[in-house]
Parts: sequence; C-alpha cells; structure tokens
Amino acid sequence: MLSNGPFEKEFLRRIALAAEAEFRYQVSTEECHLDLNPYYNPARRQYDGNKLLHHLNGCTHNEYDRLICLFRIDLYIPILTYIFGQAVLGEKTAIASVYRLRNELYGLKKDEDILIARAIKEVIHELGHTFGLLHCHAPACVMRSSTYVEDIDQKTSSLCNRCRVLFEEGQK
Amino acid sequence: MAEKISILIVDDEESVRDSLLNWFIEDGYSVECAENAKKALQLLEVRDFDIILADIKMPGMDGMEMHRRIKALNRDSIVIIMTAFASVDTAVQALKDGAFDYVTKPFDPDDLSHLIRNAAAQIALKGENEALKSRVTTLEAIDDFIGQSDAIRKVLDQIESVAQSNSSVIITGESGTGKELVARAIHSNSARRYFPLISVHCGALTESLLESELFGHEKGAFTGATFNRKGRFEMADGGTIFLDEIATISPKMQIELLRVLETKSFVRVGGNREITSDFRVICATNRDLKGMVENGNFREDLFYRLNVVNITIPPLRERTEDIPLLVSHFIKKYCTSMSRDLITIDPAALKHLEKFEFPGNVRELENMIERAIVIGNGKEIKLKDLPMGKEAISSSVESLEELEKRHIEEILIKYGWNVSRSARALNVDRVTLYNKIRKYGLKQKD
Repeated sequence: MLSNGPFEKEFLRRIALAAEAEFRYQVSTEECHLDLNPYYNPARRQYDGNKLLHHLNGCTHNEYDRLICLFRIDLYIPILTYIFGQAVLGEKTAIASVYRLRNELYGLKKDEDILIARAIKEVIHELGHTFGLLHCHAPACVMRSSTYVEDIDQKTSSLCNRCRVLFEEGQK
Repeated sequence: MAEKISILIVDDEESVRDSLLNWFIEDGYSVECAENAKKALQLLEVRDFDIILADIKMPGMDGMEMHRRIKALNRDSIVIIMTAFASVDTAVQALKDGAFDYVTKPFDPDDLSHLIRNAAAQIALKGENEALKSRVTTLEAIDDFIGQSDAIRKVLDQIESVAQSNSSVIITGESGTGKELVARAIHSNSARRYFPLISVHCGALTESLLESELFGHEKGAFTGATFNRKGRFEMADGGTIFLDEIATISPKMQIELLRVLETKSFVRVGGNREITSDFRVICATNRDLKGMVENGNFREDLFYRLNVVNITIPPLRERTEDIPLLVSHFIKKYCTSMSRDLITIDPAALKHLEKFEFPGNVRELENMIERAIVIGNGKEIKLKDLPMGKEAISSSVESLEELEKRHIEEILIKYGWNVSRSARALNVDRVTLYNKIRKYGLKQKD
C-alpha cells in the first residue's frame, strides 16, 4: 500500500492490518512522492482518478501482487462529480482517497476513529475489485456500492459469505 | 437483475466512455462502448441493448438524431441523453422524443446509480407485464375448454401427457372444434407457460407476409419496412409458437419452416444476422395432412418433423352429451360480459340443440347462444331465439308430406346415408325407408 501525502504511520498500519486480515495477504506500506500536478484539473479543482490509476497501473511493481495508493486529494473521473476510489477490475492497481471521508468536509466534528473506519472499508472495497469482485447487494458487505460517506458507515469492513466464496474461488 | 441488463455507452470522449464502462462493469452490467453515433447504430443492428447512454453533442450525428434513429430500430430501448451543457429546451425535446431521462455531466454518483436502477426496474416491469398478460390470456382460454364426454376426456389426457414434453404437436379437427384452445392448454400446462404463446394464422397471410411475420424483417428490407421488426419465432423465444392452418403454407415456406425447426435459427428478411430462438411448435389443421403428403402437396419430412404427437378433436356432433354443459358455460360467459342476470334455456330449445348437426362445431354453438341472449327476452332462451328454431317452427305450418320428406332427409344426412341406421332412428323398416326415398326423390348430395 503506497501513501501519497502526510499520513500518520499508525493510521496506515491499522488499514494495512485490516486489509491483511480480510484478504490473508501480507500488506506492506510504503511512502511515495508522486507529482500530482499533471493530474490536477483547475476547472474542477480536483484530480483525475482515471489518469492517476492509469499511471500507477503502468508502473512496474512486480514485487507486489496488488497495489493500492492512498491519497488525501479530491479525486474525480470525467463523468462523475467525485469518487472515493477507483480500481481496474481484476487487475493489479487501485487508488483511494481519504479527502471525502473526513467529517470536516460535511461540517461535522473531526473524528479520527470514523475516518479510519471509512478508510479501511474503502481500501478493502477497491482491493476487492482488483480481485475481480463486483458490487454486492448485501447491505453489510464491504463490496456494496457507496456513493455517500453515510453509505460507507452503513456497511462493515468484511466481505459477505457470497463475496468471500467468490474471492476464495478466484485464489485457486 | 444487473447481469441481464445490457448498456451501450455512446460518447466521443474516451475518458467518459472508460469511466462509465468501469463504473457499470463494477456493478455487474454487460457494457459496450461506441465513440460516435454511426458506430453505435452499427452495433445496434447486430444486437439489442436495454439501456443506451448517449451524449447529446457528438461530431457527425448528434445524440438527439441518433436517439430518433435508435427508436426507429428498437422501440423498447431505454435511451438516456447526457450533456455537458444543461438546457431546458434540449431536455424537453429529448423527453418529447421518448428519451427515458436526461442528465448533465458530470453526474453525482448517486444520480447515476438511481438512473440505471430506475431504468432496470422499468425493463423488469415491462417483462413481467408481458409475461402476466400472456398468462392471463392462457388462463381465460383454459376456462373455455368444457366437456365431460369420453372423447373430450381423452383429449384432456393427451394434453396433460404431451404438455410436459417439448415435442411438436399437430392438432387436427374440424373448423370450430377448439384447436387453438388445445394449443393454449398444452402451453399453459408446460414448463414454458411463463413465456409467450405466439399464434400465427398461416392461412390469412400471403407467402411474403407470412415470411416477414415469422422471421421478422430489417429496416428497408421491402417497401414499408420502416423499422426493424422481430418475427414471431423470435417473439416465441422460451415459449410456444402456434401455427394455425399449417396445411395452407406454400412449398417454399415448408422448406423454410423445416430448416428453422431443425436448427432453431433463422435470419430476418433483409438481414444477415443469424438469430436463435428456443420455441416449441404446435400446429393445427382441419385438413388431412397425411393425405396431402401422399398427394405431394405437403412435404413428407416436414410432416414427420411436426407430427410427433397428434391430437384429434372430435366434432361436436360426436359428443352431444357435452352440449348442455357448453350451453350453460356460454350463457354464463355472455351474461357476465353483457352485465345481464343469468338466464336459463328452455328444455325444448336445448333438445333441439342436442339434435343439431353443428357443422361449425363449438364456435357455431357459442355464436348461437350469444345471439339468443342478445335477441331473447332476458329470462330464458326459447326455441324461437335459435336459428334452427325458426326453421322448426315454420316447418310445422307446411304440409305433412313436406314435413316427412324433410325429416327423412335430415336423418339420412345425420347418419351419412346409412339406410339401416336411419331406418332404426326413424323406427321404420329398411324397405319402408327405401320406398319413402323413392317417393320423395331424395338423393345423396356430394
């Protein structure tokens, strides 16, 4: 798991541990210092998630089975006003951002515990896509599609039984 | 539900296409993209999509024009217009032209999810509606299948056993015996009952019309083919196709039909795409198909392909014991549909009905009862309300000789000019009957 921007080590460690427990893969954390200027859209004051994902997907990270990069910036894709994260289905790379996961953005009191819970769910969700998992209709499943932070709060950080079976089958 | 829904994205911007493609694939939809209207229309000629998301501004042909052309190709597609420039005029025009919705780019992720969910719900409702309509029609038809005679019980047993299989069936019987009702009964008792039963009256259509009706046609295949049209075989996918008056089809259509039955695939008129459909065939005829095969008027291979099971419906004159049941059923049916109180039938009128030949079979009886309810006194069906009643009453005022002549003639016709049986029915000996035939100059008509 790469982190681009100022993140506390403990914050990253807890996300890594949760992802490790969910997928039973060893998760390493690494800092990266990607120049984000080429991905900035001044008209939207946001960063193009598609281009970022495309760039990371093109980089060689053969030492890892999967790669997810965590940002603190506001991500978008051309067709949508914003995204929490993005992955290439069934491939190696994903991105996620904590920007819209923060309570402060919605005029609420800062809450680190809520933020980390949301970040864990978002990272596991995007990694789930890299393992070929589609959106799930089970209300508590981490693979349920979330368009608002409230939706993320509603679900758990775990795969439902059906998605778990699909994940295990994909590992064979 | 998601995996059944297919989406076509039409936008000249690659980033938009890719974004939507990723978004929908993660939701489990089947998605394809086209970079312009021309490519989209080419794709639509090859396959159908449930939902089409089209940008309003594209080089070459704009989204509005493309939308009109899509609707000409496939009226059932749900088209959602996307635009980067919100304008009330274009939104109103798109909706007037039948677009399902209109969205401004970029969308809120939740708007997009809602939009697709609503469109998917509409598609599901439409499918459900069609299935229910077909089911309701089938159930109504089964109610009309009345009778307790041995002959009808035999037919019902055959329906029950043949319904569970997928075999082709030929239903034979005189006009008006209820061949279509038997076809509906087979369909509604089969595993295909939740899919449509498609009826085609082969005798009512010319060869070219029948071809277009059965196989469908592509836009421009002939004058008047202004849009793509699904054929009856395509519409019967999963269900049953009922080919009435099969004996009337031309030799060319017999070959085409044989090929479709063997491969379960065909090409629309004016098209080049092979379409496959899973259907069961039930045919009906009032002619002797086997005789037609022997005379060379019907293909032998097609006959054997169709004639896996044969159900013969007896004419009404051979099951007169069912007439009272049928009469009370039709009285109930028409009194209900005309919002009248239930009426009865005069025993004398019923007796006349039981003796009548009914060349038009059950259909003729049904029409008689309907007419009698309309012209009757609203309390009881009298002999005078029936067409043969007038004849019976008027004959009573003629001479005794004339009455005798008519009665003997009727009995002879009833027993197919079998003199022994007719004499027995008239309660006279054969010699007397021969004398009467000679006296009145009665002759068997061809």
